[in-house]
Amino acid sequence: MDGYSASELLNIFAMQAFAGVSLFSVFVLMALGLAIIFGQMGVINMAHGEFLTIGAYSTVMMSILAEKYMPEFLPYYFIFAVIAAFIVAFTIGYLVEFLMIRHLYRRPLDTLLATWGLSLIMQQIFRSSFGAREVSATLPDWLMGSWQPVEGVDIPLNGLFVLGLTLLLSLAVFIFLFKSRWGLKVRATTQNRLMAGAVGISTPMVDRLTFAIGCGIAGVAGAAFTTIASTGPTSGSLYIVDTFLVVVFGGAGSLLGTFASAFTIAQAQSVMEFFMSGSMAKVLTLLTVIIILMIRPEGLFSVKVRK
Amino acid sequence: MQVAMDKLFGGREGLVGLVILAAVIFIIMPLTFDIFRLNLVGKYLTYAFVAIGLVLCWGYGGILSLGQGIFFGLGGYCMAMFLKLEASDPESTKIQSTPGIPDFMDWNQLTSLPWFWEPFHSLSFSLVAVIAIPCIFAFIISVAMFKRRVGGVYFAIITQAIALILTILIVGQQGYTGGINGMTDLRTLKGWDIRTDEAKYILYFFNGALLIGCILIGRLIITSKLGRLLLAMRDREDRVRFSGYDVSSFKVFVFCVGAMMSAIGGAMFTLQVGFMSPSFVGIVPSIEMVIFAAVGGRMSLIGAVYGALIVNFAKTFFSESFPALWLFLMGGLFIAVVMLFPNGLAGIYTSYIRPRIEAWRQSKRGGGGLPPTVPAEPQAPVPPKPVERAPASAVPRSLAAGIQSEPSRS
Repeated sequence: MDGYSASELLNIFAMQAFAGVSLFSVFVLMALGLAIIFGQMGVINMAHGEFLTIGAYSTVMMSILAEKYMPEFLPYYFIFAVIAAFIVAFTIGYLVEFLMIRHLYRRPLDTLLATWGLSLIMQQIFRSSFGAREVSATLPDWLMGSWQPVEGVDIPLNGLFVLGLTLLLSLAVFIFLFKSRWGLKVRATTQNRLMAGAVGISTPMVDRLTFAIGCGIAGVAGAAFTTIASTGPTSGSLYIVDTFLVVVFGGAGSLLGTFASAFTIAQAQSVMEFFMSGSMAKVLTLLTVIIILMIRPEGLFSVKVRK
Repeated sequence: MQVAMDKLFGGREGLVGLVILAAVIFIIMPLTFDIFRLNLVGKYLTYAFVAIGLVLCWGYGGILSLGQGIFFGLGGYCMAMFLKLEASDPESTKIQSTPGIPDFMDWNQLTSLPWFWEPFHSLSFSLVAVIAIPCIFAFIISVAMFKRRVGGVYFAIITQAIALILTILIVGQQGYTGGINGMTDLRTLKGWDIRTDEAKYILYFFNGALLIGCILIGRLIITSKLGRLLLAMRDREDRVRFSGYDVSSFKVFVFCVGAMMSAIGGAMFTLQVGFMSPSFVGIVPSIEMVIFAAVGGRMSLIGAVYGALIVNFAKTFFSESFPALWLFLMGGLFIAVVMLFPNGLAGIYTSYIRPRIEAWRQSKRGGGGLPPTVPAEPQAPVPPKPVERAPASAVPRSLAAGIQSEPSRS
């Protein structure tokens, strides 16, 4: 730490902390949809990353359309792109549930293999239709540049935007799951399917819509990702293991746990990245997570159930 | 003696299957392919070791490991370290700034051999390490997990994460492991050049023999009481536990056996292909190895070998001719096997082909004359017709039950 003055150190610390917060919002965005699909429904969706990519590609498409046909619309297109990303991912998720997942609810390990197959197919579809190269969306002006609260600290605007979107989306998911009638049905179905069916909830419909909403959230996450990174056919699959670990570490079924674990993992990784190489930081973080999981297999916040 | 043989070979049908497999490996493949293609087949057969281990763990034990690439890689790397040390004697590495150490260490400014490389100068140590290191690793993972009753989906995700960690480590620690390129340019085994055609033939046959050996070991496990316990555990773990068995020890055992088989496959891979790299360790290869077992049939040891062969032949063929089609096909294969043929090729055989064969044999027998080989045992071919067919149709049902009893978290 020699050669840095106290204020420089403070600035570095502030920016490093923000990097951790950014990583946190990325993890939360990735994990929110999966927390519903895997945590609530128990479906191991290995194609979750691809739903993210779908959202990202639809955002890129929107930006290309906006650029080509109505350049004056460019500053505002992003809002619509987020909605479009949700709708596209939702629709595809709905179809996937109908065609594949609903036959496999009783065989969780088999959903893993089947959705892995699905992810391979989707990756190839992306590659065939959008090319193997990475593409990126044209960002509206208000997303570029950075915010300088004090001299020497740069906080990128797109990071702030992603953070804001994450908070908004999390709030929406919370309200959806815990305050709405729909959420009540979802929780009832996942906790006791037979009983839920007996009181008149159409459980197959609840399953289908829940899965589709989880995919739609992944789509929104993908849209948010276009502001920080470019999109390629395999960009979703890079994160899939981390995402699963976040959900498992937080305790499947607990949304609060997902936030806590995303925050812990993200901060741990960004702090360690300061002291060692990125790959070693990642190795150490993952290793710690696994060791904690061996001690506490239910995750940080577990929903107590009889097994 | 007869009973022991029956157990080992799985009755007449099992013996026939094994003989056919041996004929395919030792006679048909060498006669039809040139040495280049045969070497390729040998490479595919090394994946079959992993698939056999997965049949034991996943099909029988209900433990889906998505990290078999870890053990394949560990075995392969142990072998590769020995070969690499032999290939980098001071004579052939004299242009390096420090002769006598592997070339990638030299490129990464390492000036002396790391301590954990030292023992790999000895062939016997390396051969023991090929088996022992993956086994110890598997033991640690599985004891930690199964004693805490982590299973099913969680185990799969954690093994996957471990595979990811190991890949990052190998890629990141270039100086010690050769990084992303892995260990290349392996030449000799105790002075014996492994790159010649003759050596490739010998290695191919040795590989085949080891594979048959592993199948026999797998058969022994399946047909023993342990195998029945494994099946019982897969279907109703609690009941086995309440009956007083230490469930986790059985799981640990079968997981370690699976790991050792994968490691043998990895070591043979290194010998036959001449290099080892992290691209055989990570998540993608590990899941592909699961699909080999799934295509062949997760309940069939011999099916797993065919699964590995067929999927890899298809992969080579399609990625040579229609590269874009391959991922569609592979993805479709995953989905089709899971949704339509949960028991893979072996399941197709037991539910469609075997009834035909038996009907055909019965009609021949009805025409008069005894079947060609009738052992003097009373329980041999004639009476068990209905009895024999009952388990055949019962297998998928019990499997379905096993899948349904997967620990659900709701």
